[in-house]
Amino acid sequence: MRTSRSAARIRSARIAETVAKSILGTATMIALGIAVFLIGYLAYRGMGYVSWEFLTQAPRKAMTEGGIYPVIVGTVWLTAWTAFFALPFGIMAGIYLAEYSPRNRANRIIRIAIANMAGVPSIVYGLFGVALFVLQMGLGRSIIAGSLTLACMTLPVIITVTEEALRQIPRDLRQASLALGATKLRTIRKVVLPAAAPGIVTGSILALSRAAGETAPILFTAVAFFAPIADSPFDETMALPYHMYIMATSATKPAPQMVWGTAFVLVAGVSLINVVVASWRARQRRKIRW
Amino acid sequence: MVERTQTDGAFELVDVSVSYGNEMAVGGVTMSIPEHAVTALIGPSGCGKSTLLRCLNRMNDELGDVTVDGTILLDGQDIYARTMDPVELRIRVGQVFQKPNPFPMSIYDNVAYGPRTHGLRGKAELDAVVEESLKRAALWNEVKDALKKHAFELSGGQQQRLCIARALATEPEVLLMDEPASALDPISTQQIEDTIAELKESVTIVIVTHNMQQAARISDRTAFMLRESMDRPATLIEIGETRMMFTNPGDKRTEAYITGRFG
Repeated sequence: MRTSRSAARIRSARIAETVAKSILGTATMIALGIAVFLIGYLAYRGMGYVSWEFLTQAPRKAMTEGGIYPVIVGTVWLTAWTAFFALPFGIMAGIYLAEYSPRNRANRIIRIAIANMAGVPSIVYGLFGVALFVLQMGLGRSIIAGSLTLACMTLPVIITVTEEALRQIPRDLRQASLALGATKLRTIRKVVLPAAAPGIVTGSILALSRAAGETAPILFTAVAFFAPIADSPFDETMALPYHMYIMATSATKPAPQMVWGTAFVLVAGVSLINVVVASWRARQRRKIRW
Repeated sequence: MVERTQTDGAFELVDVSVSYGNEMAVGGVTMSIPEHAVTALIGPSGCGKSTLLRCLNRMNDELGDVTVDGTILLDGQDIYARTMDPVELRIRVGQVFQKPNPFPMSIYDNVAYGPRTHGLRGKAELDAVVEESLKRAALWNEVKDALKKHAFELSGGQQQRLCIARALATEPEVLLMDEPASALDPISTQQIEDTIAELKESVTIVIVTHNMQQAARISDRTAFMLRESMDRPATLIEIGETRMMFTNPGDKRTEAYITGRFG
């Protein structure tokens, strides 16, 4: 009521506003601070070891010297195969859920199940991968088995980001296309998917960069303490996160430069890709406003 | 393009009812919409104007759980017949929406979307259709040197005329317009109205509008719809020559609405 809006009430509302704003701002600063500290410390400890030699040579002397070139190659292959397996399935399932599945109980349950899959610990995917891909399907410890395991882990995230990105496209656009006599499939292909592509690509890359940094799913399915660059996807490989883990826990001789250098390379590589994708998306966004 | 015999684009509605689930929203509408004229649907919010409009190109089909009863004939052909393909119907009956909704692509690609969808591929033919459609929508002079520009760079009024051009590119016999100027400023509205006046020479236009002056200015015939209580469906109160409807309506409710006593 107007009469109760005394000066005191207005003043206390203004104070509450200021307090709320500073609490929210502080929370943001803390989150930002953690990220900056993490990357800064990693750069401080690791960057000094990263040289041209480190990036282009194989490890020497029981991996305490030399570089990590085969390790980088291993992670690139694992991630590429993961993308190959997870992207088509994930995006197609996302399209089905967003555009075709009827809104009923069964589909709600499917959605919840997929969301839950994203919450399953990665070591569980690792064990599942051993059971199914390594043993049952007889793929052995290999890039393929590891990538399939990583793909299983990444799939729910890709499905979800695809579905979300598609749902953000206004209904108006779909209607305009249908009203021109386009079929639903053509509407999706020519109007909805292109408009949703920035969101789908960004979300998928983020999911894949998470997969690139995972250790548990590849622990029993793909990696070896030492392996040369794989000749085929059915070979064992080395990989950056596992290399870090193994150098930190089981190296014959402590080699902190290898651990920190590897950590820095992994984080820098993943961050670089994320920054490129994020800025590409920002450019796309500027073109599209609903 | 899909081969078809050019017809006139006249609608005949006989006892048309529309239900959402179990609830009837529009009941028992019988009216005819003559070819090459502007028919305005007026009435207060929620009176079923847009719902009825969407029956004419079967866009209600896309909403799910909508049933249309009665008969709607387009040039004598039942558009809800099993043999009628909604895709083919929508080539003949285009639609322009309330808010401008260009596709996120270039001006050219927006207009070429319909013809391409229906199989037109040759560049020269597409160029010709795009130019012709933009001219009919009175947008050509403003964009002819910028056809590759992204559609979102146009102003709201230009975007809406682009949407009209896009709808015209499939050479429809009928153009349905759902409050096409309600999101636009007065100058853009004027341009849209001028465009409509030119288009009715070649196309049947059915327009839903909240703006009584607009209905009076641009339409030849006016239909007044009303939902008198929430537990009964909306009905057609009367339809007639626009001049008659606005000067000497046959029904008291029409008169009350037009003179601004409710709605």
